[in-house]
Amino acid sequence: MSALAIKDLGKSFGGLRVTAGVTLALEAGERRLIIGPNGAGKTTLFNLITGELKPDDGAIALFGRDITALPTRARPHLGLARTYQIITLFAQETLLHNVTLSLLGLSPLRWSPFRRLDRQAVLIERARAALASVGLEALAGRPLAQTSYGERRRVEIAMALVQQPKVLLLDEPFAGLSVDERKDVRRLLASIPRDVTMLMIEHDMDVALELADRITLMHFGQIVVEGSRAEVVAHPRTREVYFGS
Amino acid sequence: MNQWLLLGVNSITLGGLLFLLSAGFSLIFGLMRIPNLTHGSFFMLGAYIGVSFLGLGLGFWAAALLAAAAMAVIGGGIERLLLRRLAGQELAQVLVTLGLSFMIADLCLMIWGGDPISLDTPAGLSGAVPIASIVFPAYRLAIVVIAVVIAVALWLMLERTRLGAMIRAGVDDAPMARVVGIRVSRLFTLIFCLGAGIAGFAGVMGGPILSVYPGLDADMLPLALIIVILGGTGSLLGALLGSIVVGFLYNFGQVLFPEIAYIILFLPMLLILLFRPQGLFGRHAP
Repeated sequence: MSALAIKDLGKSFGGLRVTAGVTLALEAGERRLIIGPNGAGKTTLFNLITGELKPDDGAIALFGRDITALPTRARPHLGLARTYQIITLFAQETLLHNVTLSLLGLSPLRWSPFRRLDRQAVLIERARAALASVGLEALAGRPLAQTSYGERRRVEIAMALVQQPKVLLLDEPFAGLSVDERKDVRRLLASIPRDVTMLMIEHDMDVALELADRITLMHFGQIVVEGSRAEVVAHPRTREVYFGS
Repeated sequence: MNQWLLLGVNSITLGGLLFLLSAGFSLIFGLMRIPNLTHGSFFMLGAYIGVSFLGLGLGFWAAALLAAAAMAVIGGGIERLLLRRLAGQELAQVLVTLGLSFMIADLCLMIWGGDPISLDTPAGLSGAVPIASIVFPAYRLAIVVIAVVIAVALWLMLERTRLGAMIRAGVDDAPMARVVGIRVSRLFTLIFCLGAGIAGFAGVMGGPILSVYPGLDADMLPLALIIVILGGTGSLLGALLGSIVVGFLYNFGQVLFPEIAYIILFLPMLLILLFRPQGLFGRHAP
């Protein structure tokens, strides 16, 4: 059974077909890289998988369960987590609060609405441990707005990992990072255990190819090539998409 | 009492009432990103419903609380049945809330008539309270105290509870909140119920001072808009300070510069929109 199975997924905005007949299967533990020029429909595909956009046709299954009609907020409960190309966290709150919120969303404690969040030792300890795992424990009490872009990226990854996802979607995790920050995030992603299936969009091939088992090339909302690194790089359609025929 | 002191007390009293009106408006605006143009109608309809409960022989506070409960149900219904279906269509939501406000105004005129209705001050608060050799009207002081109590309760709810943490997350970034598993749509309904309920309660509270009349909604809505622009959307502290500022500008402007009272009232809003669009304490620009 595939960890994530997408079948004939389609989405249009008015007359613009942004995703067409996308079929994709990720085996459990697989690291898959999605590449393609700007406008290829990569982020749209992520938004369809998380439910932020509703597909016009096709189906999405997570470990065999059809999640196509599930609301976005229900999908993390089934083990789906994501990060964004442009980091969108809770900027007014501290790093610790951000990660704790990520835990609260999945915890039965959210049904006790009038109890204090900052007194939930179990959640707080797990959040601290998650921040420590991305090297940010010392900044736990700092408001997110006062951190660097690279630190926010690591907070975002901590927020996704603390939910103990089975499938993790990473949308350009290296975008906007300095050379040193890229090294930090690369180490961090490489340390994610193999039981987490990863689907990653990335333009930085040198970094991304080290992490990926297989590569999918998208163009104009469709999958045009899929295979190992060598297969995709050697494929004539890849050259055509990136360099013209 | 000294005229200026009386004006000051009246300004703070109006500020208290305006806070009750604008706190919910600000949270709805902050969380759902729509200016709910029905909010002035919640204030007026709450006041009229309170009038009916008083007519049934209920006491003032019971009528105010029941009016608040009725408005919470009506507000929640509007969110669930109308606004949720228009999610993401901001112009449609604005037009629907504007249309609803006209419909509610007509309905009120039909049921309660066109004459202003003045509510009696609740028993026990019709007198005056001497503080440091100055005599203050007891009911106006009570409004200020109730507004402060509700402000503290709302602050504690928002800043100290898990519910508040989830609401703040929704105000900051609703899509991200959904992705971490928070049920933002339920928060929308809850905030709408809360905002409408408090506005309805404020309508009854304002009855003995402002009286209840057709057009009360249209008088209150622009004030709530100014407050939220000044204080910032989604900010309780902003709503509180904005309410007091508007209370003072409204009262002192009308006494000192009656010809340009509206310029005094709206100019700060205009300047804030131009130079600090997120307001004094807001999390986002509107």
